[in-house]
Amino acid sequence: MVPREHIMNDMVQLSTRQKLEILADAAKYDASCASSGTTKRDSRGGKGVGSTEGMGICHAYAPDGRCISLLKILLTNSCIFDCHYCINRRSSDVRRARFTAAEVVDLTLSFYRRNYIEGLFLSSGIIRSSDYTMEQMVEVARSLREDHDFRGYIHLKTIPDADPELMRLAGLHADRLSINVELPTQAGLRKLAPEKDGGRIESAMGRMRTEMEEGQEARRKYRSAPRFAPAGQSTQMIVGADEADDRAIITRASSLYDRHRLRRVYYSAFSPIPSPSAVLPLKRPPLLREHRLYQSDWMMRFYGYEAQDVAAATDPATGCLPLDIDPKLAWALRHRATFPVDVNRAPREMLLRVPGLGVKAVDRILASRRHRRLRLDDVARLTTSVKKIRPFLIAADWRPVGLAERADLRAMLAPPARQLYLFA
Amino acid sequence: MHRVTLTAPDDFDGWRAAARRLVVAGVDPADVLWSLPDESDDLFGAMAGDDDLPPERGSAEFSVPRAFVDLAQSAILHRAPERFSLLYALLCRVRARPGTMEDRADPLLGRIEALAKTVRRDIHKIRAFVRFRAVEDPQGTRFVAWFEPDHHIVRANAGFFARRFATMRWSILTPEISIHWDGDTLQEGPGATRGEAGPDEDPVEGLWRGYYAAIFNPARLKTRAMMSEMPKKYWRNLPEASLIPELVAGAQAREAAMIATAPASPRRANPPPSQAKDSGAAWRALRDAAKDCIRCPLHRDATQMVFGEGPVDAPLMFVGEQPGDQEDLAGRPFVGPAGQLFDDALAQAGIDRSHAYVTNAVKHFKFQWRGKHRLHQGPNAGEIEACRWWLDRERAIVRPRLIVALGASAGRAILGRAVTIARVRGQAITMEDGSQLWVTVHPSYLLRLPDAGRRAEEQTRFVEDLRLVGSML
Repeated sequence: MVPREHIMNDMVQLSTRQKLEILADAAKYDASCASSGTTKRDSRGGKGVGSTEGMGICHAYAPDGRCISLLKILLTNSCIFDCHYCINRRSSDVRRARFTAAEVVDLTLSFYRRNYIEGLFLSSGIIRSSDYTMEQMVEVARSLREDHDFRGYIHLKTIPDADPELMRLAGLHADRLSINVELPTQAGLRKLAPEKDGGRIESAMGRMRTEMEEGQEARRKYRSAPRFAPAGQSTQMIVGADEADDRAIITRASSLYDRHRLRRVYYSAFSPIPSPSAVLPLKRPPLLREHRLYQSDWMMRFYGYEAQDVAAATDPATGCLPLDIDPKLAWALRHRATFPVDVNRAPREMLLRVPGLGVKAVDRILASRRHRRLRLDDVARLTTSVKKIRPFLIAADWRPVGLAERADLRAMLAPPARQLYLFA
Repeated sequence: MHRVTLTAPDDFDGWRAAARRLVVAGVDPADVLWSLPDESDDLFGAMAGDDDLPPERGSAEFSVPRAFVDLAQSAILHRAPERFSLLYALLCRVRARPGTMEDRADPLLGRIEALAKTVRRDIHKIRAFVRFRAVEDPQGTRFVAWFEPDHHIVRANAGFFARRFATMRWSILTPEISIHWDGDTLQEGPGATRGEAGPDEDPVEGLWRGYYAAIFNPARLKTRAMMSEMPKKYWRNLPEASLIPELVAGAQAREAAMIATAPASPRRANPPPSQAKDSGAAWRALRDAAKDCIRCPLHRDATQMVFGEGPVDAPLMFVGEQPGDQEDLAGRPFVGPAGQLFDDALAQAGIDRSHAYVTNAVKHFKFQWRGKHRLHQGPNAGEIEACRWWLDRERAIVRPRLIVALGASAGRAILGRAVTIARVRGQAITMEDGSQLWVTVHPSYLLRLPDAGRRAEEQTRFVEDLRLVGSML
C-alpha cells in the first residue's frame, strides 16, 4: 500500500522553494532558535563545514523581531493528530508538503555554506506512526553528521511516543533535543490536544534527562564516550490558548526545570493562524504577557527567585503578572520593607532584587565597591538608568527619603501608558 | 614628545611593544603621539617614520592583568583615533594602581569598555551578516562575500571563518582589506569594491529569501526589535532585507484577515484570498498597515502618516502632493492653508468634498528646520515611487471613476512618469482600469504666486478645471 502522504506529494509537484515556504511557515510557531551552549568544535581537519564556539549567532532578524539563527522547518506538515492550536492539525486546510531527508540535508548545507544559518532545527508533523516519523528525522541528522561531516548546530524536536532507541540515536547526532509540553495544564491539553498525553510527554523528558546524565557520567570515565545532546533539552508552552493563569504557568515551568533539568522553557503567545479552529480565541497574540513570562523566567534562572517569589508578584485576583510594570518591580513594590538596599554593603542576592539592576551591573558594583565608596553618580555609570533604581538604593550620597513608602511609587515608575500596538 | 607609528590600524603587537617601553621609562600619556603610516599630513609629519622611543631596558618585563589584555585587544580595533592613547593612559594607571581593572566605576575604564563593547558588537555582526555567494572557477566553487564593517575587525575575524569553513575556498572583501582562504592558508589582500565581489545573484538566495518571508509571523510585528539588532546600514548587503518593507506593509492586513476569517470548517477548499470582501475593512487594514510604513526615510522625522479620507466608494478621488506642517500634526489631508484654498475652490465649483476621496501622493511630511519652523520640502522621485505602493492600493479599493491629480508630484505618482502640467491640463487621460485622470495645479502653487492679479487669474482657472471634472460626475 502506498502511504497517503506520498500520493499527496505526487499529485502536486511542488518546487523546492514552494515546499520550503510551506514547511517554514508551518514551523514558525516554535519560538526557540537558540544555537548556543553546546560543545566547542570546528571544521578543521574534517571533510565538511561547521563550527560552534559557545555563543550562538543570529544571522538575520525577521520583522517580528525574532532572531533567525537556524533553518527551522518541518519535515512534513501532514499530521495524523488534530491539536486545535496547531496550523498543521489533521482538520486544517493548509497546503501540505513533504521534504525528503536528502532535500533537508542539501538545503541545510547550501544555507550554511553561505553563512545564512548556524544549523538546523528540524521538527515534523506525525505521519504513519511516531516511530516512522522519528526515523526520518534521525536520518536527516545522521546524514548531516556522518555523510557530510557537518559540525554546525542541530536541534531535533523529538516525538514522545517514539521508540527510546530512536531517541538515543537522535541524541547522539543532535546538540539539543526538545519535546513541547504545549499547554501548562492537563485540562488544557485534554481539551486542545486530545491525542497528546501529558504523562507520556513527561516520561519522555525524564528519559532524555537520564540519557544526558548517563552520557556525562560515561564521559567522566572514558574520554571517548559519545556525547548525548550536549546542549540539553528544552520545551515550549503556548500562552493564551487555554485558561491557565501566569501563576499556573510559572509553577509548571519551575517544576519542569527541576524535574527534567531543562535548559530553557519557551513561551509562545498563541497567535492567530490561517484556517483556525473554532475552539480557540481569535485575537491578537498576548505578546506583552509572553514578554512578562520570559522576564519571570529570567528572574528564576539568573536572579535567584523561587517560583513562589515570582508567584507573589502576580495579581492575587487574576493570578497574572501585571502588564504595565515588569515582574521584578512588581515584586519589589509588594515587598517594600526589604528596601532600600545599601549599594555599598548589601550582599549580591539583595542587590539582584533591586528593580533595574541586572546581573552585569551587580557584578560591576561588587567589583567596584572594593575600591571606592559608591556614590549615585558611580552607580549611574555602572547601569543603564539610575532613575528607576534610586527609590530602592542607599548610596554614599543618597538616601531615598520616604520614597519607598510613597503610595504613588508604582505610578512614578511605571512607563507612561501607551497603546499595546506599539509593543507589538 | 615621543612619536610612535604603528604598522596598521589593528596593530596590537606594535602598540604593546611600544607601550611597554614607554611605561617602563615613565613617559607621561600626554607626551606620546600615536599615529598610523598613512597619516602623513599632520603637524608632525616631518618626524614620521622615525620612532623616538626611549631605549629598551633589560627590566622591561612586567605583567598586567589578563582582563587588561583582553580589553585592549578588543578596544584597539575601534576606529576612534584616540584609542591608542586612551589605552596607554589606562596601562599607566593599571601599573600604578593594581586594582584599576576592577574599579568599574572609573570613567577612563568605562570609556574604553564602551569602545570594546562597540567592537564586540561589530565582530558579532560580521559573523552574522556576511553573505557568501558561490562563484564557479576552474578549481571548483569559491565563496565570495562583500562586507562593510564599522571598525578594523576583519583581520581579527579571519580565524573564525577559517575554523568554520575550513573545507571551502572563500574570500571576504571589505573596503579596507580582503581576506582569502584556499582551504589551507589565509592570505591578505588590499581593500576592494563591491563590484569586485563577484556575481549579483546566487540561485540559493532565492530560496533564502523565500525562507525569510515564510518564517516571519505577521501577527507579531515588532519592527523596532528588528531594527535595533539589524540596523538599516546592513540592509544593502543582505539579500533578504529588500523584502522587509513589503512584509511590514502587508503584515497588519494579513493578521486582520486571519482574525476576520471565520473559523474554517475542515476540508473546504483553500480559504478565500486575504483581500477582505468588504472594502471598508480592506481600507482600514490598509490604513493601519500604512502607519508602520518605512518604505522611505520620511517616516523618521514626520509626526505621523497621513492617509487618505472620504467614502471608500467615492466616484471622485483627489490626489495631492504630501501632508504639510498642519496636516502632519492633525493627521488629515488638506487641512492647512492650501486645504482651505482647496475647500473654497471646491465650493465654487459646486463639488461636495465629503463625497470625494482625498489623499496624497506621499503620506509623510518632508521638511527642513528653519529656526523654529518646519519648512516644507517637495518629495523626490524616490519617495514618490516608494509611496506609490499605498496610492495604488487606495485606488484599487476605492476604484474612482475620476481622479484629479493636484500638481506634478501627484501626476507622477499616478502615471509612474514625470508629467508637465501645461501639456496635459484640461484633457482626460484614460487609465488602464478605465478611470479618467485629470491633471491640474496644486492649490499651494496659487498661494505662492506673489502677484495678486496673477493669483486671481490662476485661481479662476483652477476652479474651472474643478468645475469641468464636477460636470463629469
